[in-house]
Amino acid sequence: MTDASHNPAELPIKVAARDVTVSYSGKQALHNVSIDIPDRSVTAFIGPSGCGKSTFLRCLNRMNDTIEGAKVGGSLTIDGREINDKSIDPVVLRASVGMVFQKPNPFPKSIYDNVAYGPRIHGLALSRPELDEIVENALRKAGLWDEVSDRLAHPGTSLSGGQQQRLVIARAIAVNPEVILMDEPCSALDPIATARIEELIDELRENYCIIIVTHSMQQAARVSQQTAFFHMGNLVEYGPTEDIFTNPRDSRTQDYITGRFG
Amino acid sequence: MALSRTAHIVTAYGEELDQLADDLARMGGLVETQLEKAIAAVVRRDASIKPDIKAREAQVNALQVDIEKRVLRLFALRQPLATDLRMTISALKIASDLERVGDLAKNIAYRAGDLAGYAPLPLTQQVERLGAIVIKQLREVLDAQSSADIEPAVRVWHSDDEVDERYNTLVREMLLAMTEDSGLVGPGVHILFVAKNLERIGDHATNIAEAVHFMVTASPLVDDGHS
Ligand SMILES: Nc1ncnc2c1ncn2[C@@H]1O[C@H](COP(=O)(O)OP(=O)(O)OP(=O)(O)O)[C@@H](O)[C@H]1O
Ligand SMILES: [Mg+2]
Repeated sequence: MTDASHNPAELPIKVAARDVTVSYSGKQALHNVSIDIPDRSVTAFIGPSGCGKSTFLRCLNRMNDTIEGAKVGGSLTIDGREINDKSIDPVVLRASVGMVFQKPNPFPKSIYDNVAYGPRIHGLALSRPELDEIVENALRKAGLWDEVSDRLAHPGTSLSGGQQQRLVIARAIAVNPEVILMDEPCSALDPIATARIEELIDELRENYCIIIVTHSMQQAARVSQQTAFFHMGNLVEYGPTEDIFTNPRDSRTQDYITGRFG
Repeated sequence: MALSRTAHIVTAYGEELDQLADDLARMGGLVETQLEKAIAAVVRRDASIKPDIKAREAQVNALQVDIEKRVLRLFALRQPLATDLRMTISALKIASDLERVGDLAKNIAYRAGDLAGYAPLPLTQQVERLGAIVIKQLREVLDAQSSADIEPAVRVWHSDDEVDERYNTLVREMLLAMTEDSGLVGPGVHILFVAKNLERIGDHATNIAEAVHFMVTASPLVDDGHS
């Protein structure tokens, strides 16, 4: 079952973490996490509740900066550039590192304005036709265009949960991100809407580095090429998804994915 | 890596895996007995065993169907992963090998019936010896399965060469005996079939050894050339 085109070993590294630690008000939540995440592929983070998946994800777009008492240490680079560097503007960083959350969170605006919001504030589009094109492209890439092209002025919140989640993905795509972070993006969706998001993720990986946190082993197995298992703030095991689910090396990974008491 | 049998958080899931393992062990035990009885019957040239073997074969087949159902159910409802996934897949493979072994044992028992009218035959001891080796292989590889132990499985895998060698020698000697005494041709053919069936059972034991190896290590058993 070799698929050379998606062999992570052949893909360039997009995100590199070295000894990343995070503590909240002095309580350590992440211990020396080091990981290389390849571009143009999907990497899944799995692990029990509270193991630090979201915490690590938040390091990648400096969302921990906004949390009172949070302290981040170690080195984190995207394309070799240190993102915790003083010279990096977190707002600019967040345009290139998009984030999709568990609950779809469209702005209380029209479908159009939800997608146009980012390009506008980042000054990516100047004229209306340019903006129209960006919006259409983003909605097409998110697989939503055909469903909403005739009602772009309707509120984003009028869409179904699955459509809202694709709208949020379109919003993230519209600002030309390089990395897309997804924190349990399907946990509020039914199986059909979930399948559509998974299909979308599979298409998007041609162009983006995607990192997804999921509590569903099956979802991690379906969508990702690499899987990382976190446990109590440590990165325990990281490797090709197929290996993690057929032959995990660490007994903690084994116990977790087979549903045993650890 | 020992398979912890009771540690699943969802108790019913752990029990379903245990039941699969138990079914497989029961099927293995039945097939082993079937083979022992068949070989003993050949040695005694005894036709009386036929009904017993038939009944056992029905049980073996029923167990195989049962195991297939359990595996299907586990995949559909539990989506086993890692060791559980490998154990489930191996159980399916091993059950199909065991079903074939049961079938071959039945053939051997039927040949015992065919030999009933004849006087004691030369080479019977060699057949008995070959049978004893194959039974030992089967027993060891099934024990290896239930204890998730690769060392005996690898040993069985390597010992298949000895079975093949003994089989070839037996065929050669039987042909020689038959050319010397044409009266041996009739019963001798039965003996040759028995030996052929035993050799095939050895191959199935080898398959099972490979399945056990995969179950425990997640990698195929290949000849490393130096063991
Ligand atoms: N804002 C915060 N303030 C204080 N502690 C926090 C904060 N966010 C997370 N933590 C702590 O950090 C640890 C890791 O939490 P995190 O949210 O990263 O876990 P997770 O793996 O995403 O869990 P889940 O699967 O439940 O989402 C936990 O002990 C949690 O209590
Ligand atoms: Mg989380």
